[in-house]
This record gives sequence, structure tokens and C-alpha cells, in this order.
Amino acid sequence: MTLSLNWRKWLLYAGVAAVVAYCLAPFYWMLVSSLRRTSDIFENSPLPTHLSFENYLAVLDPSQAFTRALLNSIVVAGITTVLALILATFTAYAMARLEFRLKRLVLTLIIATSMFPVVSIVVPLLKMFVGFGWINTYQAMIVPSMSFTLPLAVWNLTAFFRQMPQELEQAAMVDGCTRGQAFRRIIIPLAAPGMFTTAIITFIAAWNEFLIALTMTNKPEMQTAPVAISKFSGASQFETPFGSQMAAGVLVTVPLVIMVLLFQRRIVAGLTAGAAK
Amino acid sequence: MTTVSFEKVTRRYPGNDRPAVDALHLDIADGEFLVLVGPSGCGKSTSLRMLAGLEDVDDGVIRIGDRDVTHLPPKDRDIAMVFQNYALYPHMSVGDNMGFALKVAGAPKDEIRRRVQEAAKILDLEPYLERKPKALSGGQRQRVAMGRAIVREPQVFLMDEPLSNLDAKLRTQTRTQIAALQRRLGTTTVYVTHDQVEAMTMGDRVAVLKDGLLQQCAAPRALYDEPANVFVAGFIGSPTMNLTEARIEGDGVRLGGTHLPLPRSVIAAVADEASGTVTVGFRPEALERVAPGEPGLGMSVTMVEELGSEAYAYGTLQGENATATGADVVARVNPRTPPAKGQQITLRIRPGGAYFFSARTGERLSVG
Repeated sequence: MTLSLNWRKWLLYAGVAAVVAYCLAPFYWMLVSSLRRTSDIFENSPLPTHLSFENYLAVLDPSQAFTRALLNSIVVAGITTVLALILATFTAYAMARLEFRLKRLVLTLIIATSMFPVVSIVVPLLKMFVGFGWINTYQAMIVPSMSFTLPLAVWNLTAFFRQMPQELEQAAMVDGCTRGQAFRRIIIPLAAPGMFTTAIITFIAAWNEFLIALTMTNKPEMQTAPVAISKFSGASQFETPFGSQMAAGVLVTVPLVIMVLLFQRRIVAGLTAGAAK
Repeated sequence: MTTVSFEKVTRRYPGNDRPAVDALHLDIADGEFLVLVGPSGCGKSTSLRMLAGLEDVDDGVIRIGDRDVTHLPPKDRDIAMVFQNYALYPHMSVGDNMGFALKVAGAPKDEIRRRVQEAAKILDLEPYLERKPKALSGGQRQRVAMGRAIVREPQVFLMDEPLSNLDAKLRTQTRTQIAALQRRLGTTTVYVTHDQVEAMTMGDRVAVLKDGLLQQCAAPRALYDEPANVFVAGFIGSPTMNLTEARIEGDGVRLGGTHLPLPRSVIAAVADEASGTVTVGFRPEALERVAPGEPGLGMSVTMVEELGSEAYAYGTLQGENATATGADVVARVNPRTPPAKGQQITLRIRPGGAYFFSARTGERLSVG
């Protein structure tokens, strides 16, 4: 009895370890590779034989304009997140509370828009934005990013608002609030975990966006970090700068990881809210 | 002076033929405790929510005092409401929950604190003012919901089944406390419940609703003694009134193997509607056992419920032909000498203990 219980426990741990290793292996290799010297980049040892930060120095070298790209990424992902969150909050609240015809259809359409492959619409978008004179502007990246992140944000928040009892707003309205005040003073504070989760998901999606950012920019100073990484040049034309790409990858990932770790309790609360009363 | 009046108030939900509340007409006096009671879907909650302004009114007028509030938003009605699930604001402490309405109204801080303290004292909530609602027990949450209402000092209290989330024992206690508190504050109160015991014990008057229609509104005693129709008769009282349809024979009806004479007015009323049957009602407590062989209703006992202070015999009426027999009956019996299962007993309806209702309309046929 105890033996079999022990076995089950060990199997469980082994399974968990396998999944964690599987998920983290690429990141680990990225981190290790970024710390190798350029000459050792094809080594297979699990730890760098010669620890070196030369890749990081190369990435942060002003000639690569990588810091500028990071700043662009922050601007694009940040504005996308804020705007998408504001729009999605109002939309989702309406979806959760108002009864109107074809509501189901509207919600389905919203989620359907996120299913178009980006590749298929990038060319028409490019043509349109050229017409607008939007090439090499932030809005050329923000507007499409928003349209891709909004559906998920709306769905996420709709589910969140829906599980909040209507009596809360009604109590607030009886207590002297207008509908707007009830929303601001009661619903928004309670929705904070859900909004937080949505914000993080939106931010990550916008932060990692590549195709649109690549298409809509050709000036290095307007490129976002993922685009900049893809354009790193090595010492010669025939050398792919794996080392600095890995280092840049780490630099791009670390802020996200820190953010998620810091707020993980709130994120979990947001993702599981309403699962049990 | 705060009276509340519903004047022919109607609410129709889109896509429903039958109104949820149909021409409800009710006058509630200043300081009165009025209970709206009825089975689920009878329109009692809808009526309350219309008074609160949380539900549109399609027809009719609602007044609080002299003010026509029919189309005012909830915030302008000067009412406080206790919800079934309490609807406490989870992110605020108990004190902030209770003071929220005053804060919205822009009352000065120390006045809010004073009034919250006062209410907390009345409700024994003083030690919990700093806690969040989730750290409270069900009964405490219920009291916070009450506190949120009384801090307001509103013109009218509205309560929507405030006790239904409590366990049976706590419900009985809280029932008494709420009734006592209301009497002490003297605030006009409208209380919704589906529990007729709650209705009877708490209300100054009780309004019975069914299918959106007001059946009867009267003091508890009057509802019990003089039900207006079969529905009220069957709804009020526990165990419920025995109701059985009987065929008229001469100057009475045949029931349980005996001849039950009818008052002359009832016979006349039945003859007027050209009906051959009448619904006879008698409460379990209106039955008494008589010695076997004496004239009375024969009953075969199938089950006996002994509650200590009283006992009830469940069974079927005996009859000699196919009509008006086999009706299920409950009788209150002496708990010291209850009948045995399967026993045949003879019962007599105490004088004045029988009610007669039209078999057509369900209305009570007047006596005398």
C-alpha cells in the first residue's frame, strides 16, 4: 500500500520533471549559448567551457541599435496593452451584462477575427498602410497588434465579468451610484485580477509580434526587438551571429519572466477566478 | 410618513405572453411590515425589484410617499435593499460596506463612522468592522447586509429572501431579530419570501401572489381563517389544508362515507354557477377523532408523523363508491394516543372548520 503510494508519488515527480525540462530546455540552451565565446558557439557541453559576456557587449553595442529596438518594443507593446485593455473592458462589460439580439453571433465573430492567419492579411495591410503613409510609424504596428489581441482580451474579460453577481452593481445602484459609478467603484476593483491577466497576455503577444513589425518598418530606428534580432549581422556576410542573437533573446525574455514571476499570484487568481465560489 | 403604493403595476417580459406581474394593486402603510409570498415564479421578486427600480415598469404607477418613483433610477428612491446573496462588496471591509451609501452621498467622514458604529452595535458587528466579508460566517454576512440597509436610514427597506441562505436554526433566530428590529426602527418594509411560515410570523400583512396575480392581502390571522380562494387556503398553513372535490347530493356532499351538510348560502352559490361539485377544505387541526361507529369521515391511516408536541396522521378517506373517495387527508391527532399505521379511524370536522370553494373558479363561497 505505502509502497505503491510511494511509486505513484515518484512517477508524478518524474512526469513533472520531464515536462518542465521539455519546456525549459530551449531557454536553457539559449542562455548557455549566449554565454559562450563566438568561437565556441557550436560546443555541446551543458555549461560554457569559457564563460564570456562578449555576446551581450556586442548586442548592447550602439552600432546594433538594440537598445533603441527594446524601447520601440516597450512603446508598441505598452500602448497596445493599454488601449486593448480599455476597449476590451468596456466591450466585455457590455457583452456580459446587456441582453441584445444576436449576442452569441457577435461574440463568435469577435473570436473568429483572431483566427485569420496573419500572413494572409499582411500584404493587404501593407498596401493600406503605404497609402496612409504609416510605414515606419508606431501606429502601423499598434493597430494590427490590437486587432489580434482584442478578441482574446474581450473573451477573457467577458467570462470574468459574467461570473460576477449582478446583485453587486444593483446593490451599488440602490446605495446611490449611477451605473457608471457602480462600474468604477465596485466592478473595476473586483475585476482587477482578470484585467491584470488579460494585460499580461496582451503584452506578451504584442511584445513577441514579429511579422507585422518586420513588414511595416524598414528604418532600423523604428524596428522592434524581435525584428532587430533577426537583422543582426555577423563579422562577415557568411557568418550567422548566433551568439548575439541568443544574448538578445535572453534580454527580450527576461523582462517578461520577471514580470510574470512578480505577479504570478494575481495571474493565477485571474485565470482561476470563478472556478469555485 | 412613508407609504408605498403599487397602482395597477404590470411587468411583461419580452417574449412572454403572460405578464410576470399583472396589475398589482397594493397600499402599504407607514411603518408597516408587508410580506410578499408565493411559489417561485409568482412575481414577488419582480414586484420588489420594480419598487427598487431594478426592473422596468410596463404599466401602472409606483409611489413612495407622495412621490411617483415609477421611472426614477434606484439611487433617487431613498430605499435600501437586502439581497438574497447579500451582495456584499468583497473588496471592502465590513465598515466600508456599511458606510458605502453614505460615502457615495458625500456624508462627512465622522458622521459615517458614527452611524456605522451605531448600526454595528445594534447588530453585534462591532468586532468585525475591519474584516472583509469573506472572513465572516453566513449569519454575520447576513447581518452586514442588514447593517448596510439600516445605516442608510432609508424611507423603505426592501428584503429579497434574506434568510434563505441560512441554516434552519439560524433562520428562525434571525427571523425574530429582523422582525424586532423593524418594529423598533419603524421603517416601512417590503419583504419577499417563498416560505409561508416566515410570511406568517413576520408580516403585519401578507400578500399572496400566484402567476403574477395578487390572490389576497391580509393580516396573517385573516389569511389563515378566511382564505379568499383555494390557492391561499392550500398555501397558508402547515401541514396544508385538506382540499377535496365533492359531488353535491341534496343539501350536502358525500365525503369519506358520510353526508356533510352544506350551509344554505353555499348550496345557492353552487346552484348559481350550475355546477354539481364543490371543493371542500378543512385543516388538519380542524379534525377530531370520534369513537368508531359514530357519524364521521372514515380514514385509513398510512403514516403517522410524531413531532412530540403534536402528531399528524396521513391517510386516505374511505368511501363507498367511485366518486369523491380515496382523497389524501392529513389529520392532527392526540400525540399521547396516536393511531397505528393501517388503522381505520373516524374523524369529525369541528364546527366552523369546513371551507367551501367553487370548483369552477376556486373562489371561496361565502358562508352566512
